[in-house]
Amino acid sequence: MNEALLPADEPKRTDPRGFVVMALTAMLRGGLPAFAGLVGTGAIGMGLIVLLPAMAALLSISMGVAWLKWRHLTYTTGHDSIRVERGLLSRHARAVPYDRIQDVGLEQKLLPRLFGLAEVKFETGAGGKDELSLTYLSLEEADRLRELVKERKSLDVTPEVAPEGVVPDGSAAPVLFAMDNRRVMTFGLFEFSLVIFAVLLGAAQQFDFLLPFDPWNWERWAEFATSHRHDFDWLGATGRFGAVLAVVFGFLAVAGAGVLTGVARTFAREYGFTLERTAKGFRRRRGLFTRTDVVMPVHRVQALKIATGALRRRFGWHGLSFVSLAQDAKAANHAVVPFAQMDEIAPVVEAAGFELPDNGVAWHRASRRYRIDSVIRSIVAFGVPATAAAGIALLLSGGNAVSTSATAIGLALLGFVLAVRHWFVWRHTRHALDGPQLFVQHGWLAPRLDIASQVKIQSVEIVQGPIARHRGYAGIKFGLAGGTLEMHGVPLEEACGIRQAVIDSAAAVDFSALPR
Amino acid sequence: MPGAAYYLYKTPMDEVSKVRAGSELTPLHPNHVKVLRLQAAIFALPFAVAAFVLEVVGVLPTGAVIVPILALLAWLVVWMPIRRHYARGFQIAADRLRVVRGILFRSDTVVPFSRVQHIDVSRGPIERYYGLSTLVLHTAGTHNSSIILPGLGEQEALAMREAIREKIASAAQ
Repeated sequence: MNEALLPADEPKRTDPRGFVVMALTAMLRGGLPAFAGLVGTGAIGMGLIVLLPAMAALLSISMGVAWLKWRHLTYTTGHDSIRVERGLLSRHARAVPYDRIQDVGLEQKLLPRLFGLAEVKFETGAGGKDELSLTYLSLEEADRLRELVKERKSLDVTPEVAPEGVVPDGSAAPVLFAMDNRRVMTFGLFEFSLVIFAVLLGAAQQFDFLLPFDPWNWERWAEFATSHRHDFDWLGATGRFGAVLAVVFGFLAVAGAGVLTGVARTFAREYGFTLERTAKGFRRRRGLFTRTDVVMPVHRVQALKIATGALRRRFGWHGLSFVSLAQDAKAANHAVVPFAQMDEIAPVVEAAGFELPDNGVAWHRASRRYRIDSVIRSIVAFGVPATAAAGIALLLSGGNAVSTSATAIGLALLGFVLAVRHWFVWRHTRHALDGPQLFVQHGWLAPRLDIASQVKIQSVEIVQGPIARHRGYAGIKFGLAGGTLEMHGVPLEEACGIRQAVIDSAAAVDFSALPR
Repeated sequence: MPGAAYYLYKTPMDEVSKVRAGSELTPLHPNHVKVLRLQAAIFALPFAVAAFVLEVVGVLPTGAVIVPILALLAWLVVWMPIRRHYARGFQIAADRLRVVRGILFRSDTVVPFSRVQHIDVSRGPIERYYGLSTLVLHTAGTHNSSIILPGLGEQEALAMREAIREKIASAAQ
């Protein structure tokens, strides 16, 4: 097997089809807006005589640039590192040792997928921005590289002992969690989004010059409504009732658009979601147009986050994500079980080497003083400006007085809501040290649970502001690779005790001896 | 002037001793105060110049700008660095380092040597002039990815780095 994987140690280029894809992408990105602009400004009237040569020039330029890029990028799979050289005028060379590569991710966007190509990303934990990636390789070559990195890594690292029931890569690995279309559909309904509304409004504002009329001219609309009044007669709705009906329809339309976008976006992202436990770690595949395939080694999981929403919680739906140094698309955490019941999440938590809190966990809440202080703080922070606004409103008259009083009432209400929230959120915020683990639960309507392993904590900071010092409580910030973990308003002595315990367990195990 | 300088050093000590009562922390090198002062002075200079210009232009009554501004800057340059200096300290144990700082907002960080990825000793131009160094411990954590301990003597910082390095190396065996 090793023979087949040993590379010819000479520079290679990426797949030649890749430059076609790159040229097409560049053209779509640059060409479509240009075309829209031509149409919008009426230049299309000049006819195809101008348009066609322009498009041809654009196409050949993007082809040329893509070809140069492709021609001058080579990668070499060496003995201990992968090297990439690129650039025509300024050359860049980068070598990444196999040891440092934590993850090899494949991403297939729609266009490259049609050509059977994939983008290969090598994650080194450098922080996401400066990672090495190769665009585009054939699927076979991508798989070969992934296998190669795994092989090379395991040459000098003792291979991870596969737990019982785990089948090596290649054969069918046990599926830990998967979502069928029905589940994705349900998930989508909870992902209701109002963003589309904002986008539509924004687009209307941005492209109103393309419309044959001015959508912001209210007088024209009123005129239109009056002149077409009889078109609505079939509704049997007249006068005030008609107006109410229109508003209701408007809201339903927006809500419908919100639900639809939620479902569509969720389907695009989560379609065919599968999480498997392979010998090398957790393998997650998902996506409709952009299919992603990510492998996350078990040892790289630093902590777990279990989150839910105010509404979905009523139906028992939760989501589990892993905290690690690697980045997942834009999010810092890897969603491994996006939408499931707790009994589906439990086996994944166990497979990651963590435990869910059981009934025996000794939970602690923040100091009662902290609860009172946060309530007072939100009252003061909003009460003072509200009082000031009310005072000013008394001095003013007419429309100014009305708007200023409205501001005062708004501020007061906001302060009140925040104060109530702080009062209740205290009851639902708690933490516990339990065996080798650390639990932090927070949130009132949409509670979240963080589970961290004490040996994987990098540092512990105790912070105190002036009020906290006076009142004898403190915040604790844990240094976690790839995420944050904090406790607030812990009595100072307890905070010192927690720090002592966590650092004691962390200091006992060297970083290099952590399971990896 | 030595009397005045002594007085300035003397007063805040009582204030600071309250903070440090019963503290097991090692204080920073005395020259650290001078570094902080010089940094504060560099920060204050543009404001002092602006106040002076306003005074010379004479838009406002004599002394209305320059007196409060200069008083504020004097407090910032002379008194604050002393408090900041005494609010800082560190404690080094067999397997961990503790770094404390802050007057109003206190921060008290502990890092086990077993979680230190690499160690830097850095020296800025001002620090170099006063023979000081800053020790920086890097961890893999997103929060506190680098723990900074300024105001160490050059030799002390190097010795600390060597000691921590040796501990990491022996633990990694």
